[in-house]
Amino acid sequence: MMMIFGIPAPLLFGQLLLGLINGAFYAMLSLGLAIIFGMLNIINFAHGALFMMGAFVSWMLLNYLDIGYFPALFLAPLIVGTFGVILEKTIISRLYKLDHLYGLLLTFGMALVIEGLFRNAYGSSGMPYRIPNVLQGATDLGFMYMPNYRGWVVLLAAIVCFTTWALIEKTSLGATLRAATENAPLVQAFGVNVPRLITLTYGAGVALAAFAGVLAAPIYSVNPNMGTNFINTVFAVVVIGGMGSILGSILTGFGLGVIEGLTKVFYPQASATVVFVVMVIILLTRPRGLFGKAA
Amino acid sequence: MSLTRRTLIAAAATSSALTLPASVKAQAVPTLKIGCLTDMSGPYKDIAGPGALAAVHQALEEYGISAKGMKVEVLSADHLNKPDVGVTVARQWFDRDGVDMLVEVANSGVAIAVAGVAREKNKVYINTGAATSDLTSKDCNANTIHWVYDTYMLSRSTGAALVKAGGDTWFFITADYAFGKALQRDTTAFVESAGGKVLGSIAYPFPGTSDFSSYLIQAQASGAKVLGMSNAGADTINTIKQAAEFGITKKMRLAGLLLFLTDIHSLGLEIAQGIVLTDSFYWDMNDRARAFSNRFSPKMNGVRPTMVHAGVYSSVLHYLKAASAMGVDKAKLDGAATIAQMKKMPTDDDCFGAGSIRADGRKLHPAYLWEVKKPSESKGPWDYYKPLATTPADQAFRPIEKGACPLVKS
Repeated sequence: MMMIFGIPAPLLFGQLLLGLINGAFYAMLSLGLAIIFGMLNIINFAHGALFMMGAFVSWMLLNYLDIGYFPALFLAPLIVGTFGVILEKTIISRLYKLDHLYGLLLTFGMALVIEGLFRNAYGSSGMPYRIPNVLQGATDLGFMYMPNYRGWVVLLAAIVCFTTWALIEKTSLGATLRAATENAPLVQAFGVNVPRLITLTYGAGVALAAFAGVLAAPIYSVNPNMGTNFINTVFAVVVIGGMGSILGSILTGFGLGVIEGLTKVFYPQASATVVFVVMVIILLTRPRGLFGKAA
Repeated sequence: MSLTRRTLIAAAATSSALTLPASVKAQAVPTLKIGCLTDMSGPYKDIAGPGALAAVHQALEEYGISAKGMKVEVLSADHLNKPDVGVTVARQWFDRDGVDMLVEVANSGVAIAVAGVAREKNKVYINTGAATSDLTSKDCNANTIHWVYDTYMLSRSTGAALVKAGGDTWFFITADYAFGKALQRDTTAFVESAGGKVLGSIAYPFPGTSDFSSYLIQAQASGAKVLGMSNAGADTINTIKQAAEFGITKKMRLAGLLLFLTDIHSLGLEIAQGIVLTDSFYWDMNDRARAFSNRFSPKMNGVRPTMVHAGVYSSVLHYLKAASAMGVDKAKLDGAATIAQMKKMPTDDDCFGAGSIRADGRKLHPAYLWEVKKPSESKGPWDYYKPLATTPADQAFRPIEKGACPLVKS
């Protein structure tokens, strides 16, 4: 059997692939964070809670309304996104003039409240959510047994990330959005409703988190704390990629997933820390992050 | 034993000295106060939480306190899984509110801290939800009883019994902290002494891990027959979910070293089928257990009781019996004497049947190894387990001489 660094090659390829799958979740979550930070200057600590809401809303749709997984892929982000819009309109928008720190504290508090409410209503052990029948089963790739659902997750995540990137970097809507963050009064003078644009941007970032939540529901335990495991890593991803950089957060998300996957083979105990080690190194050598623009 | 006897005599002496004033104001019935301290909002909410409080009230009702002329007041609080919060509540209850008996406390760290307070204040503390077997060894005291299960019982029942059933090669996925490592260490000892072999293990970072697929693939590559999950709660649920996804449940037998009925409920049978686990109580295990559960469930929206709920019910019932046997005013006065009385009396209730309490504070009853049913075998909601093996009460727990509990030495 072929060996790479003392590890059988099939095992190593398998781990690389698994890393890519986890990276897909990091990429989707950090993308939403990057958009919100880039456009609103808010460090959205509630992102993990909104990710959890995405998973819970798809569970509710299935159990209360008998609406399955595929419609939930559209409906859950829509519902949670609307919830995000309400949050932005009523609470977050009051903080734009203040320091970042206030936004961070506010969204952190909101995360605690949302998670607490869900824990109160649904308990802490979590809810079952089946993998849809079409995506059941697995494919033998030769070097590993790949569940079809995981393949679907990577595919969908890649499509969503690319579309979002293209929307912001390549369309006129994206151009307006970027202009509005550079100089809001000027863009407003051109007749663009900037506050509404910002509200919708927050809604879109939240919808991305909820979308990741729906994708996660069949794989991870659907419980009120499911977002907290991800959120720290995802923040590190955003910092490494460069705060507010769209492309940076996507590439870093996938890349760190792979690095983490490899750590799980060579030294599992360090797999939760490795992301932060990378973060420290990047901050020391490139304080603006890998893809951050120089000031 | 001399220690308990001495406290008993002391208690008898003090209470006889108090007989006169007590009989003078005989019209005032002393009120027993029971405090239920548990996790009402965190990870152990479902295994204990509101169900534990309901179990306290059920024990009071079924014992018939009013018919027996007893007055009992119940307090409850959330320890938030923080030892400092648990200790503060316990002190307030004992000092200010006059609580006589504290029950539950799911979380080993909080439980050990609370046991210390109960000893200091000479009150009664009965643990039902915490796993650490230290409560009956180095942290044991004359004011504490450990009721339902412990890490020794879990690893012995699951480890040894599964090897006998053919699962002789193991691989562990272990949460990298004291609890996970202790479970792995204890289970390894039983697996090896039963003639099995451990082929490998992985310690993963805790907390903060939600993807186990990488570890599962490595476990599968080891060729072991049994996958021992030395973790708990959402980690175990994620491990099982992902093992099913990667088709590992078809090739390896999953052994949960700490799994509760509510975890299986959360997973659903389709994913959980075939898992092997140990519980000292299952709602459907015999007529008496079923009868208890049928009285419990309507109060909890149809949720079936976990072994922790059963333990709260069973222990409060036994406490009431002991208190009325020795006299409520004596029970209020001396926690250690009440515990000694509880140890003297045999236990008997619908949940655990007949049992006893050892000198080191270990409540004894059999440990049961269960296998989770296939969806086709399940006849209705909450019909989840079928029995695999039973470890009798006298073998289920750590032998008393090996615990090094200071109460036993003298």
